[in-house]
Amino acid sequence: MDSMSLIFSGNPVLSIILTFLISVILLYIARKPAHELIKSIFHLAHKALRLSAKSTLLAEKRFAARNKEVLLAAGEEAVERIIEREFHRVEAVVRRDLSGYPTLQQALKTQISKIEEDYSKSADAPPAPPGWANAVEAVAKIPPTGDTLVANMLGAINKSIDKQYKNVLSDYRKACAERHSLLKKMMPFWRQMTNTLAEVDKTIAGILERSKVIDAKMDFYENIRKGSDKAVRMLSSSSLTQFFIAGLVMLIAIGGAVINFNLIALPMSEMVGGGSYIGPFKTSNVAAMVIILVEAAMGLFLMESLHITKLFPIIGAMDDKMRHKMIWITFSILFILAGIESSLAYMRDMIAADMQALRQSLAEVTVSPEHTGNWIPTVGQMIMGFILPFALAFIAIPLESFVHSSRTVIGVVVVGLLRTVAYSLRLTGNISRSLGDMLIRIYDLIIFAPLWIEGLLKKEGKSQNEIKNNKPLSHGKEEKIA
Amino acid sequence: MKKLIITSTLLVLLLLGCADTTSHTRGVYMLMDTSGTYTQQIKKAQSIINYLLATLQPGDTLAVARVDSASFSEKDIIAKGTFDTRPSVANEQKRKFRQKLDNFAKGVKGSAYTDISGGMLQAVEYLNEAASGKKTILIFSDLKEEIKKGHVRDFPIQLSGYHVVALNVTKLSSDQVDPREYLDRLTYWEKKVTDGGGTWKVINDLERLEKLLDD
Repeated sequence: MDSMSLIFSGNPVLSIILTFLISVILLYIARKPAHELIKSIFHLAHKALRLSAKSTLLAEKRFAARNKEVLLAAGEEAVERIIEREFHRVEAVVRRDLSGYPTLQQALKTQISKIEEDYSKSADAPPAPPGWANAVEAVAKIPPTGDTLVANMLGAINKSIDKQYKNVLSDYRKACAERHSLLKKMMPFWRQMTNTLAEVDKTIAGILERSKVIDAKMDFYENIRKGSDKAVRMLSSSSLTQFFIAGLVMLIAIGGAVINFNLIALPMSEMVGGGSYIGPFKTSNVAAMVIILVEAAMGLFLMESLHITKLFPIIGAMDDKMRHKMIWITFSILFILAGIESSLAYMRDMIAADMQALRQSLAEVTVSPEHTGNWIPTVGQMIMGFILPFALAFIAIPLESFVHSSRTVIGVVVVGLLRTVAYSLRLTGNISRSLGDMLIRIYDLIIFAPLWIEGLLKKEGKSQNEIKNNKPLSHGKEEKIA
Repeated sequence: MKKLIITSTLLVLLLLGCADTTSHTRGVYMLMDTSGTYTQQIKKAQSIINYLLATLQPGDTLAVARVDSASFSEKDIIAKGTFDTRPSVANEQKRKFRQKLDNFAKGVKGSAYTDISGGMLQAVEYLNEAASGKKTILIFSDLKEEIKKGHVRDFPIQLSGYHVVALNVTKLSSDQVDPREYLDRLTYWEKKVTDGGGTWKVINDLERLEKLLDD
């Protein structure tokens, strides 16, 4: 310890004790304002932190509400799109199968009228035997009397009746055969009608299936419109899944783009020169990257024009004629770029082979004779160069999912962060309040000796007061008793 | 608003691109000692040049010069050139470059003196003209300088921004007697280079040529 700060320079222990005692006395004297100061500081901190926590929680609630709105709006749009698609499918089924319904009806009517006609024909009864036959039959049944004339006459009648009967029977059989043949003819018409009706039944069943899907989607849509918790939960979980899947696909696409870049970067230096730089990057590399980005942009426009994605409302809102033009233009540019890439890939192979030959000659290595099948990598590279731009075009689909789902995911993350911040602020506020109380206790602990003396003095003063107060009371009591 | 953002972004990119005036090319000047018995080492020098030809990129500069009695002269440059920025043309240039060196190696004759300092001055002059971004001077020599009487080389050479690499610094028979001579030679050249503002490196193991152009 510095000798200047010592009260007794010869005795440091005594100096320390004395300093401590003086400090304790000073602290004791300043106890009340010191307590108030500590309390006010820590209570101020507590209040400020609690206020911050409250406002953070409010912000978190607002953010959560906004997230919910975004989620529901996105869900609504997605379900609307699905329902629209289902209606399109139903429309397609109706147009395909039921557009021929009038023809079908006509065919059915024709078949039914034919069947009716045949049926009515089959119902025609054979001609009845003539009416006099009954009279003759009665005469023929007269018993023979022995008269030969009569007997001959009756025999003749009997014969003619038999003949007549045979004729009638033959006519009847003929008529029956005709009716059977007509009924037989009806069979294919029946079959045709059954098949036609089965087809109609199948179509109707398909439409019914679709209508069930539409019903389910409509229910979900209703839930979204109501903003039910179930719908929000389903949408957020679907959004998270979409985010990770789209992210994964995007990574794969980036891998494809990197390979594509490597295919065309070297030959680009043949076109734009390998020695120039844009910033810290080689111009040839930038040019290759620009080509890939242009391909990706064309892919985006193509997907947008095809109504597969909905990233650019302007393209989506174009009239069909313009949209078709856009499809052809973007596809043509993509096709041309794919062709350029394919030729660049070929060029790359040539340059690489030339470089290899030069290096081998510089290293004085004997060049091995060319193997058959050396064209395979060249062709492979050319095919890759042609296909990759088209494959890259499909990046628009995961990109759209990624962009849409990332809004929800970022929202969820921000809400989580805000909640954590609010919790931390509240915790710190509570800790600061407790810390203030604790400091007051520690303060009192340091000055425990004067406090103890004060307590003793107070106790003594109190007991003396009590004694003083008790004396006149006892006198009064005695007086009362007396 | 969108147009404004796109235009300003493009403008910034353009400005960034234009603002970068630093050269990314590399310039290498190799001094080949052809004095006395060092001509026997020409094969090794050729392999180093081959390595350089295989490593240097389109747009880079390479020059190979001999160190003779008075090396501060363009006449001592055996082959030189800046490779074209197109890889195919650069490859062709490299083939011709090699051919020139092969022709030189066939008829190389030893010189009486070794003017390394003059060669270095010539290298500095050439590479400054070439305006390469990274400049390297390779000295393929035993570093024993012998100046013709009357020639003045006893002055500092400005080597700021240069990497000087001594290659294949062979030990002379006198070095066997007193190795301090060899070490003194190395120290002398190192001092000369670092005093001039350059960096100094020695590569004796020619199997480690990948370190040659390390900055």
